Amino acid sequence: MSAGTPPLSGLPKPQAKALNCPKCGAAVVLRSFGQAETVVCGSCRCILDAKDPNLAILQQFEAATREVKPLIPLGTRGKLRGTDYEVIGFQRRSAKVEEITYYWHEYVLFNPYKGIRYLSEYNGHWNDISICKTLPNVDRAFLDSPGSSADYLGESYKHFQTCEAITDFVLGEFPWQVRVGEHAAVTDFVHPPRVLSGEKLDKEVTWSIGEYLYGREVWEIFKLPGVPPEPMGVYENQPSPVTTNITGTWVAFAAFAVFLLALMAGFDMRAKKEPVLHETYQYNRAEAKGEASFITDVFQLTGHPSTVEVKTFAPVSNHWIYLNYALINQDTGQAWDFGREVSYYSGYDSDGSWTEGKQNDAVVIPSVPPGHYYLRIEPEADPALPGIPYTVDVTHDVPVFGIYGIAFVALLLPAVIISFRAYTFERSRWSESDHPPMDFSNMSSSSGDDE
Amino acid sequence: MTQPIANCPNCGAKIVFRWSNSVQTVCEFCKSILVRTDVDLKKVGQVADLPPDSSPIQINTEGQYGSKAFVVVGRILYAYDQGGWNEWHVMMNDGTSAWLSDAQSEYALSLSSKVQNLPGIAQVHVGQQFNWSNQRYTVSVITPAHYRGVEGELPFQYWDKTDVTFVDLRTESGKFATLDYSDPEPALYLGEFVEFDDLKLKNLRSFEGW
Repeated sequence: MSAGTPPLSGLPKPQAKALNCPKCGAAVVLRSFGQAETVVCGSCRCILDAKDPNLAILQQFEAATREVKPLIPLGTRGKLRGTDYEVIGFQRRSAKVEEITYYWHEYVLFNPYKGIRYLSEYNGHWNDISICKTLPNVDRAFLDSPGSSADYLGESYKHFQTCEAITDFVLGEFPWQVRVGEHAAVTDFVHPPRVLSGEKLDKEVTWSIGEYLYGREVWEIFKLPGVPPEPMGVYENQPSPVTTNITGTWVAFAAFAVFLLALMAGFDMRAKKEPVLHETYQYNRAEAKGEASFITDVFQLTGHPSTVEVKTFAPVSNHWIYLNYALINQDTGQAWDFGREVSYYSGYDSDGSWTEGKQNDAVVIPSVPPGHYYLRIEPEADPALPGIPYTVDVTHDVPVFGIYGIAFVALLLPAVIISFRAYTFERSRWSESDHPPMDFSNMSSSSGDDE
Repeated sequence: MTQPIANCPNCGAKIVFRWSNSVQTVCEFCKSILVRTDVDLKKVGQVADLPPDSSPIQINTEGQYGSKAFVVVGRILYAYDQGGWNEWHVMMNDGTSAWLSDAQSEYALSLSSKVQNLPGIAQVHVGQQFNWSNQRYTVSVITPAHYRGVEGELPFQYWDKTDVTFVDLRTESGKFATLDYSDPEPALYLGEFVEFDDLKLKNLRSFEGW
């Protein structure tokens, strides 16, 4: 951004100002053309009055711990959302939650036309922050209940956390009166990837809106060397990796399930289900020595190639009977060989009664061409069984539903996986909040979706 | 639009009014504060050097607000304990006057409102709500400020101030209001926050290195 025409009123062109620290004499650069209220001497840690031509000392602080180094050096410029910004200030803030101190960093960005913007960084998670121009609508009962929320520009933000933030290290320029040791009550409401923060200092609440940035985006913006620190955990407004619309996925799944059911009903109605053979035979052990096979009557299959279902019923009880079947086309000699076992066992043990197997068996042979057919049957049975009747039913053109079951599961599985991934991500997010999820049942936002 | 021309009663320099309704102006050369009377210009005061200022806007900056073009013709400069801000007096191409405030590059455009029965300063507190022009405004901040100087043309006399109090109000829809307690009778300005890029400003100041 630069002005196309020279200034008409002949005001001097503002320049970055180089001054010296009144305490230690080190060079102090003022980069914000007078927008800064305070500036921190980089070498002796004096907070100086940037509005005072003599840079009066406002506060001197000791870096309590070892030197805190900004990841983006002061003076670095980068293009953020189409505007060039320069990093002019840096502060570290901390908050104590349940005896654990958390630290995060805030960068002050400056453009002489667009003004001030902020970047924050916590454990490798970044946010691009600007001051709200529009007032959020916050529950008067302000906070702390898990359901409390704030509305901002037509979107609902959920209360995440309220904490007391303390400034404990500062560097560079600030457009407000910064002091080390200053407390502010910070309240965050989230609507990933955005976070709405209210910062209460004395009576005044300043609202800001942040949008999640990945470290690599920050590195790209400021052309920083190396790689950004790996983000740790899930941050309050980090967008879920599950970008799929979960409600949509389930709606699509439901629609497809209905479609499948309709398809099944349609095929069921169209199927002829024509009985072509119904016979009861008697198996006798005494006669079954050697070649015991026999053939059934010939039956006719008409129409297009279709399914043939062979059902076997035998009133076995703690026995088995095994039938070697062959479906044979009398006209061509083509044969389908298959064996079926019918067995049924029951009894009692320490767990109570149990049963295993069934007296019924059914098998479907697909795509059998029309023609004249008969079955060749060769029975075998439990040696303990002297003889048993069994019934064979052959039905032509029955609908087959197995494929629909597979389709159903194939569709259900991704929906379940997506929902589960979204759920675990949201669970990690909210476990860091003032409202950690207690168990599965009160996890209201498990879908990761807008309610 | 007519541009009345006169001479500075102090130094004789040519004084051009860009806005025919201007009541006050400042001589560009000798910084005399001049007030228009029926017949001529009267010097009422002198502007000390304005403090260094970082606003990208200056007298003669042109811009666009909605369908209207405007030009900056004057300003009042204020300071408060967290910095300073400018109220730029702008003239719209339909002859109306408005204010473009620039507080650390947060821009808002507002117009003088005729709303009656405004609250006295003692009756206003942060969080209080008012309904004006079918909008609900909430008091966001009360700012005790200091008058720091004037430049260019203004629609009223404004030069002998010291401490003045402003009450800023916001809505949930980006609207903005200011109650101005410079005078015994409060004044209300209603407007909205505007994006720098939307104003399409020309004749801006340039900054070294940017």
